[in-house]
Amino acid sequence: MADPKLQFAIFAATGRLMEKRRKAVNAEVCPDYQEMRTQANAVKRHTIEHLDHYLELFERNVEAHGGKVVFCKDAPEVADFVLGLAKERRASLIVKSKSMTTEEIDLNERLEHHQLEAVETDLGEYLIQLAHERPYHIVAPALHKTKEQVADLLTERLGVPRETVIEKQTMIARAVLREKFLAADIGISGANFLVADSGAVVLVENEGNARLTTSAPKIHIAIAGIVKMIPRAQDLGVFLKLLGRSATGQPLTVYTSFLSGPRRGEEIDGPDEFYVVLLDNGRTKVLADREKRESLYCIRCGACLNHCPVYRKIGGHSFPWVYSGPIGAILTPQFLGVNHEPGLPFASSLCGACAEVCPVKIDIPKILLDLRSEVKKAEIREGTNRLERLAFMAWAWVMRHPRLYEMAGMAAASLSPSGDGGGWVRSVPLGIKVPPVDAWLSQRDLPSAPAKSFRQLWRERR
Amino acid sequence: MSREHVLHKVRTALGRSAGQPVEEPPPVRLNVPEAGMEARISVFFERIEALAGKTHRARSLEDARAYAESVIAGRRALASNAAVLRESGITSLAGIESGVTDGAQLRGLAASVACGITGADYALADTGTLVMLASPQEARLISLLPPVHIAVVEHQRLLTGLDELLSILPHPAEQTSSMVLITGPSRTADIEQILVRGVHGPGEIHVVVV
Amino acid sequence: MPARVSLFVTCIVDQLFPKVGIAVADVLERLGFLVDFPENQTCCGQPAFNSGYREEARQVARHFLDVFGDADYIVVPSGSCTSMIAHHFEDIFEKELDSLARARLLAPKVYEFSRFLIEIAGVDDVGARLDEVVTYHDSCHALRELKIKDAPRRLLGNVRGLELREMDAAEECCGFGGTFSVKFAEVSGGMARTKIDSILRTGASTVVSLDSSCLMQIQGALSRAGLPIRTLHLAEVLASR
Repeated sequence: MADPKLQFAIFAATGRLMEKRRKAVNAEVCPDYQEMRTQANAVKRHTIEHLDHYLELFERNVEAHGGKVVFCKDAPEVADFVLGLAKERRASLIVKSKSMTTEEIDLNERLEHHQLEAVETDLGEYLIQLAHERPYHIVAPALHKTKEQVADLLTERLGVPRETVIEKQTMIARAVLREKFLAADIGISGANFLVADSGAVVLVENEGNARLTTSAPKIHIAIAGIVKMIPRAQDLGVFLKLLGRSATGQPLTVYTSFLSGPRRGEEIDGPDEFYVVLLDNGRTKVLADREKRESLYCIRCGACLNHCPVYRKIGGHSFPWVYSGPIGAILTPQFLGVNHEPGLPFASSLCGACAEVCPVKIDIPKILLDLRSEVKKAEIREGTNRLERLAFMAWAWVMRHPRLYEMAGMAAASLSPSGDGGGWVRSVPLGIKVPPVDAWLSQRDLPSAPAKSFRQLWRERR
Repeated sequence: MSREHVLHKVRTALGRSAGQPVEEPPPVRLNVPEAGMEARISVFFERIEALAGKTHRARSLEDARAYAESVIAGRRALASNAAVLRESGITSLAGIESGVTDGAQLRGLAASVACGITGADYALADTGTLVMLASPQEARLISLLPPVHIAVVEHQRLLTGLDELLSILPHPAEQTSSMVLITGPSRTADIEQILVRGVHGPGEIHVVVV
Repeated sequence: MPARVSLFVTCIVDQLFPKVGIAVADVLERLGFLVDFPENQTCCGQPAFNSGYREEARQVARHFLDVFGDADYIVVPSGSCTSMIAHHFEDIFEKELDSLARARLLAPKVYEFSRFLIEIAGVDDVGARLDEVVTYHDSCHALRELKIKDAPRRLLGNVRGLELREMDAAEECCGFGGTFSVKFAEVSGGMARTKIDSILRTGASTVVSLDSSCLMQIQGALSRAGLPIRTLHLAEVLASR
């Protein structure tokens, strides 16, 4: 929150995305929006509950069409696979289309030291790769960059004359990347959906870089979490509509690719080799938790980020892991452990806006509450929250004893600066300074305690 | 690499055993509305134009050729092997390469011409979408590399929308290694949320319905 | 029409905003209800539940069940407390089946105040008068968990002399969120200020909500900013004559 320009940029951009979504899902334009959410939740639930079956079905179908499935349990295995293949094929240049999964496993970093150039081709991702940064937002990775910053970046890293017109900056990137597409040995993509009955990978985009990544090089590797699975191609009717509308308000993105293997028969172009890497990397751990398993239904639309009043104030880089916003808040503790960032599940006012817009109806607030309970249990076990716990135990004890509660209320009221509920105070006398009170007062005034509590007034009224 | 390991972890997490049968998934949900051809074409064009694409209703194959000629305006172009392009005489226009079946040759041409001309296997009216299946008639890169894309769509291939496509083509993977839905010109708003067209794919598209 | 209504004022109203409780009682009595205030009531347990202390929340929730066990109707001037009792007691008592059973019997009897008026009392005009330009803030629990959106607006619409203007960010969180307001004070304050900007755009002189916690957050921020806009609980508006 320290950078007001950036703050304004996030707030404005997320606001625009909210508005676009609203226009695309209102009752006139999309009368069955709520039904689609229910359907999507049901299909995801079914798929996740029977994931082993669908993984095997998917694998059979990929292989039937000439491709190969590679199961990887973690990040190093994916890197080993890609490096091994690259070495075998004497590859030196890789082009990549946008994939949060590859960010999750730090793929680019892992490939860096092996005489392999891996270039991001989504414009926003390309820019942040040049800048050596992490993406700011699931759908808009370079949200935080101004055109002046982009101009600096292009000049610094590419040696081109300084250019601040956005359209021209885009064309510079286009020209550089086109050369890469046409020279690349391997194209690596993510997958928005894996389709079990077709052995297909579905990619949605607006730029065309995913199409180029998966059509120009001779080898295509798609890397996806195992939970991206949906059962049937026909389910795309619901999922594609929800994804586009929820993410950017588009009924369909500019390009939707349905890729099911290397080019076949007499097809003229396309890759000769097709691999789908199915990644675990902790997903099976979340899968084992029946209550929180629905976290894995996520289709990565970004709607929860755009609607979260906390995310809109603090942005993506304030989060500890690649996944930010509400979905990040529930995935991070589940993947990395509640101790990794114990404050994260508490960094929410539980307003529920995320759950309201989630296309697959993940109950994010409920999972946050579950995680909060887990954090406290862990802290109790480790003995790190003795004071806080004592405070709540005392509080609960007082709340079970009405006379004590009443006395405590009167005691607090007598300490409070005067006012009959009409006065609001900016500060309290030093004698009663307590951290929560200070924190409250740092941002707003505090009501002074009224002369009489409700129960006192009630007794007088009778 | 870790096939058994991962599958085992999945099964354990779910309490399932190998080969355990699966209940039926929720039934597929597809809504295919009724819409006459004129209505479809009208909505189709509206959607494409809203995305800054250009549209043309060709009264005849000759008309389609004339339109294509005017767009190409003497520049180099590459046409796919779609029958409609031959039938309409588009492939005989001056400066047009066609009949290419070699992948390397195709790539070289597609990367250097100003216009790519294709047919379309289907089109989707309610989103203004072209559906292209990779085949010996349609190479992938023709609708992707050149900065201008001209698509000639035979009207009987115009469906109401994605749901109708998936109803008549439930298993696209059986037909092709690549089915692409194209909805408007390539675009990005990655820098300061300002819209720029033609970032990787064509920035200009023309859809001719014949 | 049922005669007896039990009032759960909530700890925040009891201690900090008692006039809200009096207002609820006034409105209900004018409508002919017999209002009863079980003296042993304290809190619904939400602060502990939201902070991750489920055991402590359970203890307080059990006390609630004891106090209100034989109520016919329980009226609550708060969306978040109603939601706690009617929805989250399920989560708290998940493994304590006898309490769970009691909580389930109780849940359908618990009503947020505006919903009680519309659905049970069957009125949307309580004969109130308030000459003010008012804007309404949708508190998150009421809106999203209890699906309360129209009821308060209908009631406000029938208050003589009152002009209701919608703010563009009516449905956005005010930033209170319980301990969130102090643990993440800066973000919470930022959210309050965003809310205030939206309020200012309406030109209203009064902000109304059905949750005192939201009003405390919003009024605190208004006061800090030196703005003359005041806040009123829906009950206080409806009790005005």
